[in-house]
Parts: sequence; C-alpha cells; structure tokens
Amino acid sequence: MSIDIKTMNVEPKRHTFAHVARRLGSDAPASRYEEGVYDVQATTHFHYRPLWGPELWHFDEGRTAIKMEDWYLFKDPRQYYYGTYTIARANMHQTTERNFAFEEKRDMLANIDPAWREMIVNYLIPLRHFEWGANMNACSISDAGYGTAITSAAIFTAGDRLGIAQILSRIGIVLGSGDGELLDEAKKQWMEADTWQGIRKTVEDSLVLKDWFEALLAQFLVMDGLVYPLVYNHFDTQGQKHGAAALSMLCEFMVDWSTEHNRWVDAVVKVAVKESDENQALLSQWYRDWRDTMVEALSPLASMVLTEGAESAIADVREQLDVRAGKLGLTV
Amino acid sequence: MAGIVSITLQNNDEARPVIESILHDNPSARANYMPGAVKIDCPERLVVKAESVSERIGRDWDPQEIHLTIVSMGGSLDEDDEELVLSWGA
Amino acid sequence: MTPPRKKKLNLKKRYELMTRGLDWETSYQKMDDVFPYDTFEGIKITDWSKWEDPFRLTMDAYWKYQGEKERKLYAVLDSFAQNNGQLGISDARYVNAIKLFLTGVTPLEYQAHRHFAHLGRHIRGVGPRVAAQMQSLDELRHAQTQIHTISHYNKYFDGFSEFPHMHDRVWYLSVPKSFFDDACSAGPFEFFTAISFAFEYVLTNLLFVPFMSGAAYNGDLATVTFGFSAQSDEARHMTLGIEVIKFMLEQHPDNLPIVQKWVDKWFWRGHKMLGLVAMMMDYMLPKRIMSWKEAWEIYFTEAGGALFEDLSRYGLRVPKYADIATDEAEHISHQNWAIFYQYTQAAGFHTWLPSDEEMAWLSEKYPNTFDKYYRPRFEMWREMEAKGERFYNNALPQLCQTCQIPMGYTEPGDPTKIGFRSTEYAGERYHFCSDGCKDIFENEPEKFSQAWLPVHQIFQGNCGGADLGDVLKWYHMDNGIDNMDYTGSPDQKQWDAWQSARKRVAG
Repeated sequence: MSIDIKTMNVEPKRHTFAHVARRLGSDAPASRYEEGVYDVQATTHFHYRPLWGPELWHFDEGRTAIKMEDWYLFKDPRQYYYGTYTIARANMHQTTERNFAFEEKRDMLANIDPAWREMIVNYLIPLRHFEWGANMNACSISDAGYGTAITSAAIFTAGDRLGIAQILSRIGIVLGSGDGELLDEAKKQWMEADTWQGIRKTVEDSLVLKDWFEALLAQFLVMDGLVYPLVYNHFDTQGQKHGAAALSMLCEFMVDWSTEHNRWVDAVVKVAVKESDENQALLSQWYRDWRDTMVEALSPLASMVLTEGAESAIADVREQLDVRAGKLGLTV
Repeated sequence: MAGIVSITLQNNDEARPVIESILHDNPSARANYMPGAVKIDCPERLVVKAESVSERIGRDWDPQEIHLTIVSMGGSLDEDDEELVLSWGA
Repeated sequence: MTPPRKKKLNLKKRYELMTRGLDWETSYQKMDDVFPYDTFEGIKITDWSKWEDPFRLTMDAYWKYQGEKERKLYAVLDSFAQNNGQLGISDARYVNAIKLFLTGVTPLEYQAHRHFAHLGRHIRGVGPRVAAQMQSLDELRHAQTQIHTISHYNKYFDGFSEFPHMHDRVWYLSVPKSFFDDACSAGPFEFFTAISFAFEYVLTNLLFVPFMSGAAYNGDLATVTFGFSAQSDEARHMTLGIEVIKFMLEQHPDNLPIVQKWVDKWFWRGHKMLGLVAMMMDYMLPKRIMSWKEAWEIYFTEAGGALFEDLSRYGLRVPKYADIATDEAEHISHQNWAIFYQYTQAAGFHTWLPSDEEMAWLSEKYPNTFDKYYRPRFEMWREMEAKGERFYNNALPQLCQTCQIPMGYTEPGDPTKIGFRSTEYAGERYHFCSDGCKDIFENEPEKFSQAWLPVHQIFQGNCGGADLGDVLKWYHMDNGIDNMDYTGSPDQKQWDAWQSARKRVAG
C-alpha cells in the first residue's frame, strides 16, 4: 500500500537523545558524531573491582593525573565516528594501493642508489616497530581513557598505527626480494644497532607509563611530533639526491595522515591545558621531559642519515615542535 | 548432530553467487532459508572456492570478500588465497 | 645492493610478515612490566608463536571491507529516515523490543570496545592482540551503528531518550550491566572465555539471528540492516573465541580445569541474561519468527553439541547445568514476561498481555508448559484488567546476588515452586535463584558480594527516594509515558492516529 505521507501528521516528538540535548543546550537535531559519542560510556554504579587492579574501577577518572570537569570536551575536530573513519581511511589507502601498483609496474625503486637502499633499510623499515609501539600506546589510551570522545579516537589511532606499520612492512618487502628478508635485517637494527637504542628505550619507557594522558602526550605530541618531520621531511629530502623519488610516493599516506593526526592531538592537548593551571604545569613538565629524551634519542639516527646536516635538522624539528607546543599553551 | 559445520550468509544479491557455489561444490550441503539470511549446514567440512565464485561473477573473487556477507558460522575456519574451509577438528 | 627478482607472496606468508614480526622482546623494560596482566590467572602459555591467525586481515583490507559495509548501511539508514520507515513496522508494540535493546545491549557493545582495547594492548601474543584490536574497533562500530539506527525511533517513540542514564541505574538493566562488568573486571583470559567464546561463539546466535530475523518479519528495515551488517563482523569474533579456547587447552594441561570453570560460569551467566531475549522473542514481537525454545534447540543443542563434541578431545566437557538450562528454555520467557508485567510501573518500555491468537501460538510452541502453567496466570490477569483491577506488584522483589534477576524462577523439575538458594559469606547471607548462580558466587564470593543490587540500593535510599515516583525521577523515566502498559500509552495513541490517517488516505 503506497500512501502519501505528506498528508499525515508525522511530527517528531524530539530531535535527539536527552543527554545529547542537554549538552547542545536544546533539543536540536544532532550530528551522528554527537549522538555516537556523547555519554556512551557508563560512569557510575559499577559492580565489581577489577581483579587485575582493585584500586580503581575499570572506567575511572583516576587513571590519569589530568583533571577535567567534562571529559567530552575532548571533541575530535575530524568528527570521526566509525563509519566516517573507515571510509576516510579506505579512500586514503586506495591512493597508497595505486602508488604501490605504479611503482611495481615500472620498478621505480630500482632507480634508487644501491647505497641509499641500504640506508632505507636502516632508517625507515625499523620504524615499523616504532609504529607498533605507538599502536600499543594508542590501545592503552583507548583502554584506560575516560569518555567515548577520547577512547574512540584512540582506537582509530591504534588502527592507523598498525596500518602504517604494515605499509612500512610492504615497502620493506618490495625493496627486497619479495620474501621479507629485509624486515629481519631492519628488526636487527631496531634491536641491536646503536643508532636505534635510544629510540627503542624511549618507546619501551613509554609502554610502562601508568598515566594514559602522559602516554598520549609522550607518544602523539612529542615522539610523533619529532619523528614524522624528521623522517618524512628531512630524510626524504636527502633521499631525493639519491634517486629515491619513488619512496616519497610510497610514504604519502604517512605524510597526509600526520597532518590530520596533529589536528586531533593539538585539539586534545589544548583543551586539557586550558582546563586548569595544574593541568598546564603537569603537561608542560611532561612535555619538556619527553622532548629532551626524544631529541637526544633521535640524534644518532639523524647523524647516520644526514651526516653533517643532522644537527640543524634536529634543531629544526625541535624548534617547530616547541612553537607548536607553545601555541597549545604549554611552557616549553 | 555430530560434526555438522555451518555458514550463515545474508540472502542478498551479493551473497547469491557465493551461496550457489557452496551448494554446487558441497553436494551434502543443505540450505535453510530465513528472513534475510540463509543458513547452510554440511556434515564434517564445507568449502567456499574462490574459483567457483569468480566464474559466477565474471571477475576475480577474493575469499576475504566473505566479510561483506557472512552472518554466522559453526566450525573452525581456515582461509587462504584459493578457498575458505570450515571443519571440525582442524 | 642490487634490486633482487620479485617473488609473489601468498596470503598466509604476507600476513605473517606484515604483522607477526612487528613485536619484539623488550629489554629496557621487563616484559612482565610491559604486559602486567596476562599471567595472574594461572593460564600457562609456553609458546605464543603457535597461535594461528584464521582470518588474515591486514589493516588496509579491514578499512576497505568495513568502509564498504558502512557506506551501504548508512545509505539504508538515510533512506529509512527520509521515508518515515517507522510507519512500515508491523505494530508499535514492536518498538519496545528495540527499547530493551538500546538500553540493555548497546552500552555493552561500548564496554566490549573498551575491554578488547585492553586485551589488544595487554596480551603478549601478537596474533590475538591484533584480532582483539580489530574487535575493539568493531564493537565501537556496533555501539555507534545501533545508536544511529535507533536515533530515528527515538524521534517518534518514548523510552529511548535516556538510554545511558538508565543503563547505569534501572533495576533490570543491572542484569546486562553486571554481566559485562563481571567480564571486564576479570583477567584477560577469562574475558576471552566469557565474551569471545561463551558469549560470541556459543550464545550470540541466540541474540542476533532471531532478533534480526524478527526485525525483518516486523518490517523494521533499519534494524535488519544494522543487525546483519554487525553480524558480518561476528564471524571474526567467533573465530577468535574458538581459537583462544583451543590455544589455551593446547598450550598446557594445567589450563583445562581453569578454562572449564570459566566455561561453566559464563555459560550460566549468559543463559540467565539471554532470558531477556527469550521474553522479547516470545512476547514482544507482534509477528513471531520462532520460539525461544526452537532457537535454543538450533543454536545451543545442535550447534553447541557439535562444538563441545569437537572440544572433548581436549578434555573440555559440556558446561555444567546445560541440561537444566535446556529444561528452562520451556519456562524462562513466560516467567520473565510475567515479572515485567507485574512491575510495568518501573519498566522503561511498555507491557501487555498476549492476545488469544498469541496465546494459541504459545500453546503450540510450548505444548508441555504454556497451557499448564502460564496461560491460567495470564487469563486471570486479563480478567482482573477487565474488571478495572489491573495487577501491579508493589513489593520490591528480592534479587539474585549473581544474575540480579528478581527471584521468580522455579525449581528444576517443579514449575510450581520458586527456587531459592542461599549461602553465608563473611557473616552475611546472600540469596540466589539457582544452583548455577550460587556456585558462581561461592567460587568468587569476594567479587560477587560487591554487587550493586538495585533493590538494596533503593532500600538504602541511594536511588532518589523511598517511593516509586522518586525512583522513577532518578531513573529519568517519565511516569505515564515511558512506563506502564502499551494500551493507553502515548506511543499507542500516536500509532493509532497514524493508522487511521493511513486508512483515510488509502480509502
């Protein structure tokens, strides 16, 4: 039976859920981001203390020293809910897929100077382990964070870091015989080479942090904020002199992703800093500690790749990060 | 009822060639139609062959495309480039 | 270094290279500090590399397939909203099943997202860790797609609008909430056993397949679409469940008794919680697809039978009290609906008595029990309604300390006698609905004695006040709108107005 609904009175009784309306200030139609995120996490009347740590509830504001009146201020500027997130990443990766196909068809990696190929195995491929560390931190934040706004964005980031680790693995595979032997070589670098030990130690130290917000700041702001410009900008520029244009194409995903990622990280840190002087002081302290450690840790890697240009490159990424952090209200 | 494995797929256009292939390649399989879904039961072992599905759709079918239409399953699953196998005791 | 000749990798090898080798043995920090939670339960894992990944899904493939599913789903949701899809459902009573789903199940999907992130971080083996991460993403998907689907119903019907607030407070919602709190507060291997195995593998079909088929029968296109779309992730989740169980049992013989105890516990917990689904299937769907008893036979007796036969080679046996649960499949839906009928004044959805036609269906589906034990009660209540004396139970019920359901279940083998069990712990007496629930308590009394029991909390004055009006306010339940019988509700008035407008237009 087809009916003309226009002649019927089908007026909505309300436009959104009551908890969303309270946040928006009125019962106005809400976005899918708002409905899919606001107040979805349970907040009270938990039944049992965790056997794995009875001091806190499994969802507990006390899992960080950062204090917030409202944990839903950590809104994602990208407004990602699961659907928009996966569709955005599927689109981004389509380009990556085309780039790999293009490269393979023309065997463009063959144009890279043999010595620089070796260099790529030593500086780029070991980063798959750095990404895996970042994936672990992102999971920790999704696990221990408070409120759906942060936990949803964090698990998306975990997916991103696994995805990036796998793109790096693919680069390692196509750079070699296709059998993955270069991945073993790169892992040996990560585990044993002096160049990498400061970085690996810093990553491992971040994995035992008990405070999820400190992990967020250390990983997403400081470590990522130094590694990405150093590797995908400075190192990549150096590679151009050695015929590595094809490699830049394969790293496009990481460059685009990092711009987007920074927008989210900046929004989160800014809100936490603005909340109180106590937060500001603590976050600034964490920032300075992790920045100093990571800058030092990255120096041997920069020296290996850039030789005499290393010092200025490190100074540049540090300077840029300080400027960024300053804009977020941190005392650098 | 020992040793019955099963796969439930959505009953839609996308799943139809997969359902047909399963019923063709597994002569002992039985399809039970429900609103919106089809549950296919088979004694011991059930195979979904990429080649059979590809023939029916006129392009290469990747076994991972099963993720788009699967609803449920019973049995242990193994997947590679050529086929997807459900069985017990694997 | 010269560029070597290229080989083509097969799926297995490619997946292994791209995933498994990412992990490393930490040396600047102790592995036990990086992974502090995966040993205290006593599960012995000697070799994580023995883990087999059944689905070899890399992240790019995950994005691709999941993105495609989401595109399709949201296209349907948009069209459902644009075309006032709510007018196409069989009857507005149906919507009450969705209310129970949003308030009871959706917040659990979110909890699952969180705890799979916990496992995705804290399990030492890389294979299961990646699977858990993808499941954490999936569970967030389920929570959000459910909210987005039901968002449209919320615009036209009552009872949805305060779902997270209600989930944290309302008496019957503490049943699903405590179930999941129990799993999340357990160690990682117990969580895997509870959620991935007992719930996802053994019992989830009982929740989703009949529920989605029911939605299809009742013209709810939006719910069918999200349901089937969500189910397509379940194949991965179920596989993770069975792989974890086999892995634990293969790794060390000492794991068997621990796993068996968990399987027994979580089967029983799941069975009790799914009693709410049983009631929904048998009483709340205006057009019925199959009875709870039939679903139990297909999805537990048959499918579970094959599963446990397969697992018997590891020494794992069918869960304790499975026979009692199967007997209860004849009773549980009727007993639960009777509870909600009596306490309709405190329920966040509407209730009603089954019509003659519906009672005939129940007699046919439950030849051993319905006419004998339950029809007389419903008919008596119907007579009371006719006389203007609708029965309300104004005494707060005693709740089972473990499953938190009011003590309305009968003794195994004697459907005329309510079952009571009790035990003493640390000088206090605790009450249970069944041997299964009592056993669970006695295995972990320290844990289960902590339960936030809604009725106790009301008596202690922690729920807004002493009388019903205060408690409803505290629940954010609108008296006379969200609660009480369907007959006379605003939902009904609106539906009837739509129906008569349709008749006018069509006529």
